[in-house]
Amino acid sequence: MLDCTTEKIYERSAGVINPAKTCQPIGAMYAALGIHKCLPHSHGSQGCCSYHRSHLTRHFREPVMASTSSFTEGASVFGGGANLKAAIKNVFTIYEPDIMAIHTTCLSETIGDDIPTIIKGAEIPPGKVVIHANTPSYQGSHVTGFSNMTRAMVAYLSVESQPNKLERVNIIPGFVNPGDMREIKRLVDLMGIPFIMFPDTSGVMDAPMTGQYTMYPPGGTPISALRESGDSCLTLALGAYASGDAAYQLERKCRVPAVVLKTPVGIRATDDFILTLRSAMVREVPYALEEERGQLVDIMTDLHHQFHGKKVAIFGDPDMVIALTEMVISLGMQPIHVLTGTPAGTIGGPQGMFEKEIRSMMDQAGIEGRVKAGGDLFELHQWIKRDPVDLIMGTSYGKYISRAEDIPLVRVGFPILDRGVHSYLPFAGYKGAMRLIEMIANALLDRADRDARDEDFELVM
Amino acid sequence: MIDEKMLDEILNQYPAKVKRSRKQHILIRMPDQDQKIEANTRTVPGIITNRGCAFAGCKGVVLGPLKDVVNIVHGPIGCGYYAWLTRRNKGRSDDQTKNYLAYCVSTDMQESDIVFGGEKKLVRTIDEVVDIFNPSAITISATCPVGLIGDDIQAVAKRAEEKYGISVTAYNCEGYKGVSQSAGHHIANNGLMEHIIGRGDLEEAGQDFTINILGEYNIGGDGWVINEMLEELGYTIQAVMTGDGSFEQLKNAHIADLNLVQCHRSINYIASMLEVKYGTPWLKVNFTGIRATANSLRQMALYFNDPDLIQRTEAYIARETARVEQLWEPYRRICQGKTAFCYVGGSRGHHYQGLYDELGITTVLAGYEFAHRDDYEGREVIPDIKSDADSKNIPELQVSPDPLRYRLKIPAERMEELREKISLNYYQGMIKEMNEGSIIVDDLNHYETEEFVRILQPDIFSSGIKDKYVVQKMGIPSKQLHNYDYSGPYAGFEGALNFARDISMCFTNPSWNYIIPPWRKKPLLQGTVLKGGE
Repeated sequence: MLDCTTEKIYERSAGVINPAKTCQPIGAMYAALGIHKCLPHSHGSQGCCSYHRSHLTRHFREPVMASTSSFTEGASVFGGGANLKAAIKNVFTIYEPDIMAIHTTCLSETIGDDIPTIIKGAEIPPGKVVIHANTPSYQGSHVTGFSNMTRAMVAYLSVESQPNKLERVNIIPGFVNPGDMREIKRLVDLMGIPFIMFPDTSGVMDAPMTGQYTMYPPGGTPISALRESGDSCLTLALGAYASGDAAYQLERKCRVPAVVLKTPVGIRATDDFILTLRSAMVREVPYALEEERGQLVDIMTDLHHQFHGKKVAIFGDPDMVIALTEMVISLGMQPIHVLTGTPAGTIGGPQGMFEKEIRSMMDQAGIEGRVKAGGDLFELHQWIKRDPVDLIMGTSYGKYISRAEDIPLVRVGFPILDRGVHSYLPFAGYKGAMRLIEMIANALLDRADRDARDEDFELVM
Repeated sequence: MIDEKMLDEILNQYPAKVKRSRKQHILIRMPDQDQKIEANTRTVPGIITNRGCAFAGCKGVVLGPLKDVVNIVHGPIGCGYYAWLTRRNKGRSDDQTKNYLAYCVSTDMQESDIVFGGEKKLVRTIDEVVDIFNPSAITISATCPVGLIGDDIQAVAKRAEEKYGISVTAYNCEGYKGVSQSAGHHIANNGLMEHIIGRGDLEEAGQDFTINILGEYNIGGDGWVINEMLEELGYTIQAVMTGDGSFEQLKNAHIADLNLVQCHRSINYIASMLEVKYGTPWLKVNFTGIRATANSLRQMALYFNDPDLIQRTEAYIARETARVEQLWEPYRRICQGKTAFCYVGGSRGHHYQGLYDELGITTVLAGYEFAHRDDYEGREVIPDIKSDADSKNIPELQVSPDPLRYRLKIPAERMEELREKISLNYYQGMIKEMNEGSIIVDDLNHYETEEFVRILQPDIFSSGIKDKYVVQKMGIPSKQLHNYDYSGPYAGFEGALNFARDISMCFTNPSWNYIIPPWRKKPLLQGTVLKGGE
């Protein structure tokens, strides 16, 4: 397994080997699925749309509906305007969505199709909405694409309809699973705070089996709620990379103050989330939440001997990796290799933010380790070969390194292609942290059991 | 059953232009008529199709399985990423340091590469690949922007080949070329034909019954089942295109005495070229199902016309059929009388109908995602297929007899005699085998899937990942026939049993019984109405 990967680290200046990122459009497609009755549309070759739908379907095990402009060589030479206009007409006639969310591809970006102008010239039935985001695949990553489509929701739809803000908070959950979105909504509900979450893929990408297929399941943020987001008094962007840009756009456009927080995964980030809600909206934290938190701390203290001091390699998307790093440090573990494939700078945000943030956490905890944005899994594997770890945390792609080095893998992030159920349950919040601790401890203990000699094999651990 | 009137009602949802187009891609089977179908034409923009692109067909399908080749994807990151480990490219290697299947190499083009050109980055990537992997062969596959900005990947490949003395080949398989993956199969296979096959030094097979297997992609280990079966019968397999395939074997593929064609769609033109260039005839085989496997083995034996081989083949078929039949009956009882949709890429949409039939399952709708008319109507239609703007941009490779290596593998008279008996250089297509009243759909889309399932209510739907959960949400089990839902092998006798087990599992798994909650089946209040006055 991965026998060509050697300990010797080559200086590489060209391509990527075994990427830890993919391209923008899939993120845009996923974000658009979080609008109620929305059909995402890929303006490019058929293959892009096919790849994104397949990949999202493998992660969520749910139908992923999206249409494509089906570029041919002619369209690539003469421009994709005619294809997009035909697509808009056909989509509204045949599939009857309320809204179409168009994203571009490297093909339509390279030829320079002007999407707003094409939309203006298209036949859009009355009452229907078309929005778009530019998502060139040669910039950023799938996280950037998610961010761009989320910002487009604000740019096209959010309006400030009245001078006074309402006592309501906008929550931008970022590139997380529907299980996380449900959990975040539950936390805000427990705090008794009115909110609008967008995008919201719960009820869409975790729809129940009913024996009836519905192209547009009941979930997703209603268009009306997206419009009203301009009247909320606060936006919480969870994860700087996936959510920050939309929140700032909303601040500029509709004067809704933006606060950027970490993805609420792990005790500290969840505490920050709750504390921010508490002080901004002046609400006491209900006992039910304090009880959950107390249970989590109980679990952390009860089990700390099972994970304390263990070395971890973490990879995945930046918002999730930042939160996971903070979390494993709070458990007394040592994240010594931390890597994301997404380039370091957020759109409009500071450069090098990822490395700086992780590095400062490591420094505070007195951990010496490596951190890299824009890295790949070939390099991560080489780091692990040089400085072995007890555990890898990351996506399904980590299973090859896990097997090659015989190190357990905890699957977290996007995508998980080889295991089910994960997207229904949260990693977010106190409950999500409990789940993660269970996964981490079990992975380490299963490994200890497997490796134990008969005389060391224990019933109670 | 669906009649013309019902079909028209389904199509009426479409705008007029779309309706006109789609009408030509759908047939209701009338065995007494010579039916034509439109295929390999553009998907209408906005239609939710299952089709992919030329890159997916080239790098994803044909080049991807070559285990001892480092496949570089030149483009932004997505295409390389999605074509990495997602198709089940199973490969075994004696030397694992020469097995590159788990690696993905992409030039990860950035905006500056799009603006200023990506050739330099590609050159550096090749240098790094040689440094790290030391491969005997490298391929370069282009993604959409590469063609648009004019990177000359052919020139880069040529220079790298000279610099390193290894095989470096480039494939202009930009996603916008052609109308589906099929264009990419063509581009990839043309490249292998032009640059790899014949590159080896071998002149003679040196072994009896030496064959190549074309269009077999080893999904779920199908290729290994086929190899074991054929090797037991005494065949020598020179090369497979391209499941568990290797550059080292492929470069000597010219020595074979016979080429088997499993997936007609993706490779029939290469089989024809191999015949023109090296004189090797090809035989359409189908190792899906008990009958089809037995039939293919008999035809192969007849081609070689060796009494011992024929005898061994018959003994093998008798032994394996008896073994499988013993285990078959419980599965057949579960499946008997059920109906299926069978919508797959290029050949499986046809091949699996036979296996379904052996289980007692009738295929009521079938189609191909990226086939051409000959896959539906048979090879006799090829002269009538008109080329259009999309097919013209896929280069046609012209080959001529190799002055040194061309030789007739069997005498001309014997060829004529065999043509009467076996599928030599011939494929009859899907339509002829379909039952009266069944539906044939080319490039089946989401709307049509919903409508046809609603009306025909099949017991099982077999297609791919994108439509799987749509149909399952309707309470109908869906079996992926692109990737077998990560099961398999399904080829040969043993594979047929695996398939029977998996399909039966779709029907018997208890989870389907829980879809309706019990309270939906019972009234909230229950009681008896008392008679008046009491």
